[in-house]
This record gives sequence, C-alpha cells and structure tokens, in this order.
Amino acid sequence: MLVFLIRRIAQSAIVVAIMSVLVFAGIFAIGNPIDVLISPEADEIERTAAIARLGLDRPMYEQFLSFAGNAISGDLGTSFVHGTPAVRLVLERFPATLELALFAMLIAVLFGIPLGIWAGLRPGSAAGRTIMAGSILGFSLPTFWVGMLLIMTFAVWLGWLPASGRGQTVDLFGIPFSFLTADGLKHMILPAMNLALFKKSLVIRLARAGTREVALQDYVRFARAKGLSPVRIVGVHILKNIMIPVVTVLGLEFGSVIAFSVVTESVFSWPGMGKLLIDSILLLDRPVVVAYLLVTVLLFIIINLVVDVLYSLLDPRIRLGGAKA
Amino acid sequence: MKQQLPVLAGVLAAIFLAGHASAADLRIGTASEPSSLDPHYHNLTPNNTVRRHIFESLVDQDAKQRLIPALAESWRTLDDKTWEFKLRKGVKFHDGTEFTAQDFVYTVCRIPNVANSPSSFTLYTKGIDTIEVPDPYTIIIKTASPYPLLPVEMTTFGIISAKAAGGEAVKFDKAGCKADSWPSTQAFNDGTLTIGTGPFKLVEYRKGERIVLARNDNYWGTKPEWDKVTFRPITSEGPRVAALLAGDVDMVDEPPLQDLERLRKDPKVSVVETMSNRVVYLALDQAEKTPTIKGTDGKNPLRDIRVRQALSLAIDRAAIVKRIMNNTAEPAAQLLAPGLFGTNPDLKVAYDAERAKKLLADAGYPNGFELTIGTPNDRYINDEKIAQAAAQMFSRIGIKTQVDAATVNVFFSRRNKGEFSVFLAGWSAATGEASSPLKSLVATRIKEKGFGPTNYTGYSNPKLDDLLTQALATVDDTAREKLLAEAMKVVSDDVAILPLHYEAASWGMRKGLTYEPRADQYTLAAAVRTAK
Repeated sequence: MLVFLIRRIAQSAIVVAIMSVLVFAGIFAIGNPIDVLISPEADEIERTAAIARLGLDRPMYEQFLSFAGNAISGDLGTSFVHGTPAVRLVLERFPATLELALFAMLIAVLFGIPLGIWAGLRPGSAAGRTIMAGSILGFSLPTFWVGMLLIMTFAVWLGWLPASGRGQTVDLFGIPFSFLTADGLKHMILPAMNLALFKKSLVIRLARAGTREVALQDYVRFARAKGLSPVRIVGVHILKNIMIPVVTVLGLEFGSVIAFSVVTESVFSWPGMGKLLIDSILLLDRPVVVAYLLVTVLLFIIINLVVDVLYSLLDPRIRLGGAKA
Repeated sequence: MKQQLPVLAGVLAAIFLAGHASAADLRIGTASEPSSLDPHYHNLTPNNTVRRHIFESLVDQDAKQRLIPALAESWRTLDDKTWEFKLRKGVKFHDGTEFTAQDFVYTVCRIPNVANSPSSFTLYTKGIDTIEVPDPYTIIIKTASPYPLLPVEMTTFGIISAKAAGGEAVKFDKAGCKADSWPSTQAFNDGTLTIGTGPFKLVEYRKGERIVLARNDNYWGTKPEWDKVTFRPITSEGPRVAALLAGDVDMVDEPPLQDLERLRKDPKVSVVETMSNRVVYLALDQAEKTPTIKGTDGKNPLRDIRVRQALSLAIDRAAIVKRIMNNTAEPAAQLLAPGLFGTNPDLKVAYDAERAKKLLADAGYPNGFELTIGTPNDRYINDEKIAQAAAQMFSRIGIKTQVDAATVNVFFSRRNKGEFSVFLAGWSAATGEASSPLKSLVATRIKEKGFGPTNYTGYSNPKLDDLLTQALATVDDTAREKLLAEAMKVVSDDVAILPLHYEAASWGMRKGLTYEPRADQYTLAAAVRTAK
C-alpha cells in the first residue's frame, strides 16, 4: 500500500509539472491581458506602466520561470483583475462548487440506482423502457438548454424556486455553506438537478447493466431458490455486486462534476469555481486560470487515489500492491 | 450543528411568512461585477458604478452627463490655469468624521500609489500641478497649462477618508506624496476602509455572489428610498432576464436586445432606455500597406478618400438599426450622439449604393477588391451581425467582403497588432464630451500629448490635431464646444472613420419602479424609486 502511494504521488508530481507548462503556454497564446484590462482612455505612458506593473513586459520563459519558482512554494501568482492571490480566489469559491457537486451526486445516486435496478429487473416492461429512454435524453440534451428550461418552468412560470444565485449561507468551520439553511437548499435544487442530469443517466445505465448481469448469476438464483424475500435479494445480493463499477465511475465522474460544472454555474449564476474560470478566461486573468487548472488537476489525482483505495475495500480480490504493479 | 437549528427555524419562518422581500429592499441583477471595492484600483465601469454608491467625488454628472455639484458646491476659474472649488460643509463620512479638503488631497496622493492596479486613475490626476488649501472648505488647483477638462475629470474618482487611512498629515507633491504606507486594496474589499460620504454604506461583499449596501441615514443629500440594496452579478443574459421575470431581482441592467420586445409586453415588467455615450464604428486602416485587402496590387485603396466615401455611402445605417438592433440604437454621423457636448448638429450621412459604385470606379476600382472586416463577437450589442450586414452592403457595391470574428480578448490583441484593414469596435465617451473619441480614435498618435491611444488606422490630419489641441487648452466652454464641433466636421469630411450607430442603454425592472436612464450606463440604486 505504502509503495503504491509513493509511486502514485511521484507520478502525480510529474503530471502537475507537465500540466503547468501546457496551461501556461496555452493561456499565453490567447491574447494580451492588458488589452482587456486597461481603460481604453489610458494613454501610452499609463499603458506601459500597467504592463510593467503586471510583469507582462518580460519574455514568456522568464514569466514562466518566476511563476514556477513561486509555485513550488505554493504561490500561484496574483490575480491581474482582483489583485489578490489566485489560489485564494479559487479556494474561496471551492466550497460553493463542492456542495453543489455533492448534492448533484446525491441526486444522481438516489434516483439513478433504484431506477437502474428497476429497469434491469424488468427490461422489457413499459416502465423499464421509459426509464432507458429518459436516460438517453439525459445524455443528449445540452446542459445549458435544460438549465434554462428548468428556470423557465420552476422559477418563472410556477414561481416555486429561485432562478439563480446562492441562498443564505451559514458558516461551518469558518467556511460558508448553504445546505444548512432552507433558503440555501431552495437555491440549490435547480442547479443540482441540472448538474445531476448527465450523471443520473450514467448511473441508470450502469445499474441496469450490472443488475441484468448479476440477476442471472448462480448466487442470485440460489438465494431466490432458498426463498429469500425480493427486497433482500435486491438490497443485498444485487446491490452490493453492482456497486463496484458504480463507485469507480462515480469517483471518476465526481472530479468531472467539479471541473465541468462551468455551464451549470453560468446558467444559474452559482458563485463557484466554474464561474470564476469563465470570468477569468474572458478577462484573460492568467494567474487565476492557471491556478484553477492546477487545483483541478490535483483534485483529480486525489479522487483517483481515493477511488483506488475504496475499490480495494469493496472487492478484497483487488490488491493495491506496489511490487507487481 | 446545534446552534444552526435556531437559524434554520428562523429561516423557515421567514420564508413562509415573507414570501416576498420587504418593500424597502432593492435587488439588482448586473451583467458584470466589480473586480474590487477599492475606488482607485481599477478604472472600469462596474467598479465605478459601485464606487458611486459608497464614495462620492467632488463633482458629479447627471443622467445626461452634465456636471452637477457633489462634494464641491461650486467651482470657478481664477485664471486659465487656476481652479477654485468650494466644498460642501457638514458632510460626514460613514464613520462620523467630517469631510474636509484634506480628504481630497489624500485621495489625489493615494491614486498613483495603488499596488497592482491594472488600470489606474492617474489619467485624471496627472494634470494637477499643485493643490492649495487656504481653509478646510476651499481647494485651489493649479495646472501647468490651461486644462478645461479638470472639473469633468473630478467626477471620475471617489474621495476616501484621510483620517481612516491615517493620512491627515499627507501633503500634495506632484513628484510623489510622502506617507508611511498607503491603504491596501484588501482593506477596501474587507470593509475596513470602505468609508465614504455616499448615500450607501457597505454591509457585505462576497466576490461573485453579492454586494449588500445599507442606506446612510446621515447622508447630506436626498436620502435613497431603500434600506438595503443587493447587487447580484448574473453575467449570462438569459438567466439575468429569467431572474427578473421570476422576481428574484427587482431590476436588471443590460437586458439582451432579443428579449426587450418580450419584456416591454410583459405586464409585470417595465423597460427604460436612452441613447448611450457609445458609438459603434468601422475603423479604416490608412497605412501604406494593409493586411487584409486583396486584388489591388498591394496598394491600400482606403487611402483614397473616394473609396472611403464609397464605403460610407454603401452602408444602410437605418436598415442596421431597424433589422439588427430592433430600433434600440440610432444611426450615427459622428463619434458621439448629437446633443452631448462638442458634437456637430450639421453632420449627416447618406445611403446611396449607386453613387458609391461610381466613386469606386472613379478611384480606379470599377471591379472592386477583396476585404475582410475584423470584429469581436461578444463585446458590443450584436457586433458580429452588424459586421456581417456591413459586409453584405460592401459586397453589393462590388467589394467582396468577408468577416473574421473572434472573442473579445482575442480580437483586441489581434487588432492591436494591426491584423485588420477594417475592424468594428465601439467607443464610450466616459467624460460625455467630444474630445474623448476625437482624442482617442482619430487624433495622430502622439505619446507626450496622450493623443491617439486607440488610433489603429494610421489616420493623421494636422488640422484635426490643431483644433483638438486648441480645444483642450480653451477653458471657455462656448469657445471649446465650437472648436470640438469643428474638429468633428474635419473627421467627417475626411471620412476618417465610419460611425455606424449610437447604442442605446436599457434597464428592465418590475412594474412600480422608475429609473431615469443614464447615458453613462451606470445603475445607481439611489435613483431607483417607486412610482408615485
């Protein structure tokens, strides 16, 4: 286990280093931030001063080296736009994204698994077919459009839920969360449903495939023959055995929910990391974009690690050996 | 978790009892958000909007951008290079200390000393040579040369409290004021120094989420109607309108053009609009060599005035306004909407495709040539569509025209590198008068004078530069206005640039609210009222 972890961390460090070079070069190629940042009324003297102030007058490799040097000590630079450390900006937005992502995953699992099992147990039934057709819609409808539709239906026409923004927050360990207040929860429902849409379809498909496979296994037949109740068969024998692929995929997908909540956050003006990323790209706020992507890469690495460990716990046959791997 | 329960219960009760926000709450959905609450950190419209609620300036502008007294009750010139401002007495900062001339001195001193400022306000303070304070309510400003724009520029920056920042002893020095330290931008963002004289006080600032302000009950002027004002950035257009329709917010700025019709018809919503100070134009590269014109043997046809006249005649501005802008714009013949200071009421543009063809033939291009128009596609209202329309109109007189559209940050970088022969852009006259577009867009690029920072066309006309130089040194308003109008005519006669239309600025709000639409596009909560 320990060897595995050490190897993993070493690999991750290389990935982060390569990513930082790619991201830096990529964002550098887009355009010159000074053209977007500075007041158009500014004259040449003012412009030159601002360029020097932001360090944009130095060649790219020099900017990268000083960035990399600072990055090793944990400083990913100062936002051009906000004038505050980029990492802090990203981390400040992290709780909002995290709670939305968790809520969305919860919705995906709570709806996805039962529906998937149902469809798997009765694949030919009308209900089973409807569920599968619904999951195809979930895959193929554009998130932005569904988000707008949710807003139009539940906020504008019915007036049940707020259209956008984050509701009242309560500080927990000094970090503001909104799932602790009714107002906060109300604000979370629509964006979380929107974000969960794709994952829910994925879980349905995984659960259905797993159920169909497992339902035909000898141990399920045996359990049935023994006269166990259907609830117990489904709840223990089937559920447990379809969870491995579901956990793996959900683990991996959790990273992508966080990283790609960009669209949902824009539609619902959810003040999370995704919205920060979009705003920063539009303003060419290079340090923030780089910080965001590096934080995301780290997040993926950590999630993968946790998934691997969970995996070995769920299925003892899988060993996280370092020697053979 | 235990202490959360009462909160939860309270919130539940509030939701069931209230349902709607109370009458003295105002919630505004904004298209963009400030990068900081530091009034001197970033010279950007969203920052300046919020600044106006908390920090006031010496002089202010009304909805038509005419100067009105603010912290200064009156001002006059003692001679061509000396200005006297008489300050309002009895004005209190939010912390209760009194506003005096020292606060102004300290503010002017601090402006060049903001760390990491991406775009500073030194632009408006560097004309100041000396500041004298004969008594706490009089400021005498001397400038090196006659500087008629001084009062206008006094509207651009907010005045901070010298006492709160420990600057009571700081003296003005053009070479650089001396102080032990200068207030940090962070101190304004976290509220420590967010102390102004304005109609609202800061309550809460959460980046990306909301800015909450409360009424300043000791305000010297007309007190606003609202106990509490919340600004919420909703950058996507559709969701912003949806938030208004759903009643999440009471008012939005910049509602998208395609939804305006619907909003006007909605019985729960009203829309107000006015001509803004922004003109959308096509710039014509007049350098010897130009990058995106083909079929002219390497010559730049845009150097020939007949070709420029032909291009102008080819554009049916009225059609663009009607079909693409849904009539929320006005065809333009100059660089600033008529009626604003220094514009020329006599200027006209015509649409005549036949004459355009003839002019083109006279200039030696009977078969036209090939042209590409560069345009942003997310900066101005319907920018790319306008460029497409112009391209079709050019094609109609025989100039095969293509459009090269890019997102705003990419577009500006390419434009600044000179990659376009013709490009579409817009200009807002922040000062609300004609010297702004003239100086920035068409004056010859002269670094020392600050002329032509956005002149990417190589256009240069000494007559225009002379008139502008004279105007900028003429303190007498009537004489200056005449000089500017004359300069505007020179640009028009030369067809130096093709003004297309003036954008309208609009706001949507729930029925029962009124707002006087502003040419400078600021959304000021104090001016939002319930209809009587």
